[in-house]
Amino acid sequence: MTLSTGLNHIATANELTKIVNENENVMVCCGRMGPMCIPVYEVMEEIQDKYSHVKFFDMAFDSPEAHIIRNLPECKTFAGLPFTVYYKNGKVAKATSSIQNMDQVTSILDKELNS
Amino acid sequence: MENYFDVIVIGGGPAGLTSGIYLSRAKLKTLILNEGAAGGQMVLTHEVANYPGIESISGYQLSRNMRKQAEKFGCLVKSNIKVTNLSLSNDVKSVEINGSETFFAKSIILATGGKSRTIGAKGEETFKGKGISYCATCDGDFFQDKNIIVIGGGNSALEEAVSLTKFASSVTVVHQFDHFQAFESAVSEAKANPKINFIMESEIQEFIGNEKLEKAIIKNMRTGEISTKEIDGAFILIGYVPNTESLKGIIELNNKNEIITNDLMETNISGVFAAGDSRAKRYRQITTSVSDGTIAALSAADYIEKQKEEILV
Repeated sequence: MTLSTGLNHIATANELTKIVNENENVMVCCGRMGPMCIPVYEVMEEIQDKYSHVKFFDMAFDSPEAHIIRNLPECKTFAGLPFTVYYKNGKVAKATSSIQNMDQVTSILDKELNS
Repeated sequence: MENYFDVIVIGGGPAGLTSGIYLSRAKLKTLILNEGAAGGQMVLTHEVANYPGIESISGYQLSRNMRKQAEKFGCLVKSNIKVTNLSLSNDVKSVEINGSETFFAKSIILATGGKSRTIGAKGEETFKGKGISYCATCDGDFFQDKNIIVIGGGNSALEEAVSLTKFASSVTVVHQFDHFQAFESAVSEAKANPKINFIMESEIQEFIGNEKLEKAIIKNMRTGEISTKEIDGAFILIGYVPNTESLKGIIELNNKNEIITNDLMETNISGVFAAGDSRAKRYRQITTSVSDGTIAALSAADYIEKQKEEILV
């Protein structure tokens, strides 16, 4: 199960855990190829080069492996796709639900994942 | 000269991308500047089934195809930028983006599209993604066996209300008037669904909750009566507003803030054209935007050609 984005894809929970543990700054957008998710993927695609200290990934929301994101305490009140999670040093620094624009994404990156 | 173009198109929805295809195919140096994701509201459409020649396609795929087609002909597309200054009155027009870079062109096409209308109630932004949604197709399955409201009275509101009954235990349509704007078939289908009930002549005053949405405060506009309804979710489906906020005072708009054009998509400023949902018109469809984009591109090309002739004379 993959998403048709220009981002690197995380397929399994183990893979996500490894990436988060091995990288200081990670942003993962967990969604579908739908109206609220696509704009977030596109923002991430646009800023990948500018934020070279951050690793950007997508993950399919409907994959059973995405339980690792769906069950995060930070996402327990979420009821809108996508679930976007920002990790710093192996921990969740911020999580957002539903569509986000460039300003919203970059302000979180600048605040939470600024190396 | 790399920042100089024949035409700059502001907006990358179906109107803007179509303009880009026509202009770049005509060998005019064309730049599309797009504030969000390329495709505009077309991306928000789950299934497009009335685009001639294509039986069914996702809005996302159609927008990708259009962008690819424009780029294949040499059109440059920049997405997720912010237009920070616009100068349209001189022969050479200029567009500043992100407060740092300026592009110049002989002609401009405004295809800025529209965005989902918000109701502006207290708590609306707080609970976005935590109970409040603008897309039933995307988020409907979060509300399995829940009580939800749908705000709106047009086709999309009533059609989505019916679709949401697949998940929700009850759907309450809240509408500000005593009648619906939707087609009779959509109204009949919604009224016939036992899971749907209606609160008419009413508006949402406030959304309340702790970590997620729990209640809506509703005001009856005729009687002034205020009531509280316990809900798990709210879908706001009340149409679109044109993205013309930054064009006020620059270009002629009507009382709905839509750009006024003639049949050639000409605005009140020479060399500036408008196309798509930001333009004053009755019907807003992908096909009508594509038509507008075509006409605007041909008009812009004609304008540039005539400018050249004037210089030669």
